[in-house]
Amino acid sequence: MLDIKNLHVKLEEEDKQILKGVDLHVPAGSVHAIMGPNGSGKSTLSYVLAGRDGYEVTEGEATLDGADLLQLEPEERAAAGLFLAFQYPVEIPGVGNMTFLRTALNGQRKARGEPEVNSADFLKLVREKAATLKITNDMLKRPVNMGFSGGEKKRNEILQMAVLEPRMCILDETDSGLDVDAMKLVAEGVNALRDEGRAFLLITHYQRLLDHIQPDAVHIMADGRIAKSGGPELALEVEKNGYAEFEGEVA
Amino acid sequence: MAVAQPKIDLAESLLSRHAAPGPGARWAQEARAAAAARLRAMGAPVRRDEYWKYTDPARLTAAELAPAAPLEPEKEALYGDRAQLKLVFVDGVLDADASDALALDGLTVEPLARALATDIHWARDLYGVLEARGQDPVPRPLAALNTAVAGQGVAIRVSARVATPVTIVNRQRAADSDVVLHHLILLEDGAEMTLLEAGPAGARYNTCLEVDLGRGAQFHHVRTQGRDNERHAITHSFARLAAEASFKAFTLTVNGVLTRNESVIEFTGDDAKAHVAGAAAGDGRFHHDDTVFVTHDGVNCESRQVFKKVLRNGALGVFQGKILVRPGAQQTDGYQISQALLLDEDSQFLAKPELEIYADDVACSHGSTVGAIDEDAMFYLTSRGVSKPDAQDMLVLAFLDEAIQEIEDDALADGMRERLAGWLARRR
Repeated sequence: MLDIKNLHVKLEEEDKQILKGVDLHVPAGSVHAIMGPNGSGKSTLSYVLAGRDGYEVTEGEATLDGADLLQLEPEERAAAGLFLAFQYPVEIPGVGNMTFLRTALNGQRKARGEPEVNSADFLKLVREKAATLKITNDMLKRPVNMGFSGGEKKRNEILQMAVLEPRMCILDETDSGLDVDAMKLVAEGVNALRDEGRAFLLITHYQRLLDHIQPDAVHIMADGRIAKSGGPELALEVEKNGYAEFEGEVA
Repeated sequence: MAVAQPKIDLAESLLSRHAAPGPGARWAQEARAAAAARLRAMGAPVRRDEYWKYTDPARLTAAELAPAAPLEPEKEALYGDRAQLKLVFVDGVLDADASDALALDGLTVEPLARALATDIHWARDLYGVLEARGQDPVPRPLAALNTAVAGQGVAIRVSARVATPVTIVNRQRAADSDVVLHHLILLEDGAEMTLLEAGPAGARYNTCLEVDLGRGAQFHHVRTQGRDNERHAITHSFARLAAEASFKAFTLTVNGVLTRNESVIEFTGDDAKAHVAGAAAGDGRFHHDDTVFVTHDGVNCESRQVFKKVLRNGALGVFQGKILVRPGAQQTDGYQISQALLLDEDSQFLAKPELEIYADDVACSHGSTVGAIDEDAMFYLTSRGVSKPDAQDMLVLAFLDEAIQEIEDDALADGMRERLAGWLARRR
């Protein structure tokens, strides 16, 4: 599903190389986790894949089912089935959550040449998904992420994911700032979406999230590269020993 | 300070240019003469004047006006099919045939000319009176000109709470119409009315609205300045509020070459409220100026100024807003915000917020900001599949909404939102 080859990325504004040759293959139906210390380039990888401005790809490629992601605008990547759950979901005053979600869903459908969803069906869909994530009607009515707690924002990301039904889901530190109950809700939301045709890339500092969402593979990222790949046991190893081993390589 | 000769000459020229407004009652003639004298004394506006440095008055005062193509009638902005008393002005002249009968329970409405021709009339205590009060400390020469030469408008006296709005529909027929309109509204104690306004009064126009609010009276004003692309306009709203009165005004402005909306509000009693708001969206050849002056001379009064502008392709926005708190006007709650969203680097916003306070127990705040589209918000929206144009429109509408929220009537507010959304969609 997602193929990243030798991806090199630097900041546009300054001469700073962040990714130094990332190779990653996430097949359909799988859950991969990327762990790594602060500053290793995990979030940059997620932003570059989603199409955020400010980064320059100097080498390498990233494809989604063969389509060159790096040539697409963010909204085209979304329509192609890519979704990034933000580490820091953005608050947008004045834009209603429902209006936003409906415009997004119909924007994607339109881009794919599918008919738009009418408001009754949309409302039903959102209410159903929101209930399982314990997102209240009041939250749905509010402007996007306004007045939401940290946990509510993360649940709102998962709601968007559930409504938009992307094929490739990237979750950037969705577990940070969550208490145990909220983490369970988020994990249940993700697990409910696990599917043969769908893949996940979980970016996290901690092994904790992986207790709730069992990954098929774990990658350790350090200094802009995948330093080590392995099974779920790798996460436990890191939990025990920290990242010193990998950072040592860098130094 | 002596007034410069060119200002005096231009004032003479302005006065001579407009046809004599007809005989009128003696008091009306005196009011006009007094206004002409005021104009001569202060001189016509020029760019060097403090309150005209951001907006060149030349195009409002030039002998030659820039012609404007009249709008097709179906493009007029209207207020839906709600019950309303409609008054139609064509090139600044009341069209009785196109207007509804001048009758509505709880108020009297008559052509301004008739009020000014009546020897004993309540209009005597209002015509040019608030305009004259509003000349100090900032001169408003084009308002004095208006009082001196106006022959058309309406005079409305409200004696009850009237739910049905009065709508002034302006239509422009002649490409070179140079219109002066003057409206008077007297709200008796406890009375209430809503005034809606739409449409271009002329290729160039100068309007003056004087609203006198009695104790506990409520006035709602919603106005659209819409599709008349080549408009050159100056409008003035003068309001005086007695105790516990409430004045709420909102203006939506899109298009137009030059639009200056002046609001001059004076609290003379205690516990009154005045909210003045405006949303403006400009593209290209668009100069929009909100000039607001609020004087607090009563205790525990609340004033709010909320002005938002979205500008692109070299459009220019101006805000000059002042809150003056006179000695003794304690517990004043004054708020003023002016914000511009610039969609490109060619557009410009010039703001001059002012506070002048002579009482010690007041809460006054003001803020003025200029910004671009929030890139984080833009990325968030597009990363979910919202197209860039949709995302930009969503953020623009969200930005303007703070001003639209000042409209109390939800249906009217939604109408403004729809109008703006339509305008944005047509500009893609």
